[in-house]
Amino acid sequence: MTWLIEPTLPEGWELVVGLEVHVELATATKLFCGCANQFGSEPNTNICPVCLGLPGSLPVINGTAVKYAMQLGRALQCEVGPSVMARKNYFYPDMPKDYQTTQYDQPTSFDGELMLADGFRVGVERAHIEEDTGKSTHVGGGGRINDAVHSLVDYNRAGVPLVEIVSHPCLDTIEHAKAYVSGLRDILLAIAVSDARMEEGSMRVDANVSVRPMGSEELRTRCELKNINSIRSMGRAIEYEALRQIDLYSNGESPRQETRHWDEAAGRSTPGRSKEDADDYRYFQEPDLVRLVPSAAEIATIDDAMPARPSARRTALRQLVPAASVSVDVIATLVDRGQDELAIAAIGEGADPEKVVTRLQHDLAVDDFSKITAGALADLIRMETTGELTATQVKQVLSEMVDTGGEPGPIAESRGFEAMPTDDLAGIVDQLIAEHPDEWTRFVGGDDGDRKKMQGFFTGEIMRSTRGQADGRAVAELLAQRSAG
Amino acid sequence: MSDRITRDEVIHVARLARLELAPDEVDAFTEQLARVLEHAADVESLEVDDVPPTSHPLPLVNVFRADEITPSIDRDEVLAQAPFAEDHMFRVPPVLGEEP
Ligand SMILES: [Zn+2]
Repeated sequence: MTWLIEPTLPEGWELVVGLEVHVELATATKLFCGCANQFGSEPNTNICPVCLGLPGSLPVINGTAVKYAMQLGRALQCEVGPSVMARKNYFYPDMPKDYQTTQYDQPTSFDGELMLADGFRVGVERAHIEEDTGKSTHVGGGGRINDAVHSLVDYNRAGVPLVEIVSHPCLDTIEHAKAYVSGLRDILLAIAVSDARMEEGSMRVDANVSVRPMGSEELRTRCELKNINSIRSMGRAIEYEALRQIDLYSNGESPRQETRHWDEAAGRSTPGRSKEDADDYRYFQEPDLVRLVPSAAEIATIDDAMPARPSARRTALRQLVPAASVSVDVIATLVDRGQDELAIAAIGEGADPEKVVTRLQHDLAVDDFSKITAGALADLIRMETTGELTATQVKQVLSEMVDTGGEPGPIAESRGFEAMPTDDLAGIVDQLIAEHPDEWTRFVGGDDGDRKKMQGFFTGEIMRSTRGQADGRAVAELLAQRSAG
Repeated sequence: MSDRITRDEVIHVARLARLELAPDEVDAFTEQLARVLEHAADVESLEVDDVPPTSHPLPLVNVFRADEITPSIDRDEVLAQAPFAEDHMFRVPPVLGEEP
């Protein structure tokens, strides 16, 4: 995986994307009442006077939801300070109170960032607490809202706690947008505040997309894309929208500020509500809820319990491995798999850093590697470094270590692994050269490509006839020696 | 009293709130609402430039609820009070435009 400059945009244009990500918090109950926060219940079974907005009911905020929101804020390196709930007034049947309780001018978290694996910094403007809406099903007109005969509303989701994370409009490629969303998901799972399932709607992404001439600093008219239900779908939606806008500009027209509805099956978006007039939601502070004022001690407790961020983990591993020999992607892969701690510990036991990282990347793509201890891994890498075991043997031993958690020495012994003495190996190499004169000529006299291909051929033959017991490095040396002499 | 609000305005507001009022109720609410508006006008006349805005009269912060499930209410009972219900859901007229 390499970070490419977005290859699909016509030359001279660049992309400007800001993302609004809604995340459902994994609390037991809703934000303001004790109804279960549960996906997939029978319609309207998790409802009460509070989340139905019945007159006289009073909300009390869920302490766990507030704690999760603050944890998420700190994980995104935000300032977390005093905050206030506010009413956002609008009339829509999935909001039974006719207002959504959210945060406006004093959000819980603000001014944060998320570092991507390639070092790109995504600024996080704010991460505020709000309640989810109910769910409408549009009946008639093929499910499309504009043609519906009527709508059916299920309020199980109304009042479920959300955090809305708003990025700065700083994402410059589709790859960065995707990496940001998947990075957010990793953080949510790591701190266990949400199950972050896009397909179940517990993580929802709206994308604000505009384009501008390459190198310009202006922010042009943007469109907001909704109904994105996977990271892949987001990439397609952004690409479609950017090309649509460039097309308009190229024809002397301009896009209109609007929300657009992404249709994954059709691979295109259709215009929705025009956003040319600023929405007037008549925000005001929620009189039924008091201010949230975290103490410095609470924030410190959250910080102390915070698992290391992926970006910090990548840096920690990166510092131990020579940069020239191992790419950022390999480091990112090990962190994604949660193998960075094992690698760092094995390096700490004296194993060769480059070999540890390479071995884990190629030969430990398994879900459960919990039986492998750092000490055993370090021993195994040492046996590889000294030539006691060949690369092929190391793989086999490692795979047995995954299953049994054994030590590499006894496993190698029980399998009868010993590296083949170089003299025996030389004999086999010479015999193979004699058996394959054409291939040998191409190895000795061919261009780089030929040489590489034939090296692969001879190495493969040698491994076959020694049942993997030959040391790959010794084979390469022998081949080089024979062709030079 | 009361040039603050007319009978016709009360009838209009009641209609917007989907409330059906008997004629004597219209009279009663016209008078009561006029008194509320009178009070608002009194407050409005105060000089408050130096008073910081406040959302809450009580000096309280951090009032939390434990994250424990309490029983929900009976679905059939709730749906029976809605104008229309279908498939255990509230049936509402189609809405133009999109949700914010
Ligand atoms: Zn409830």
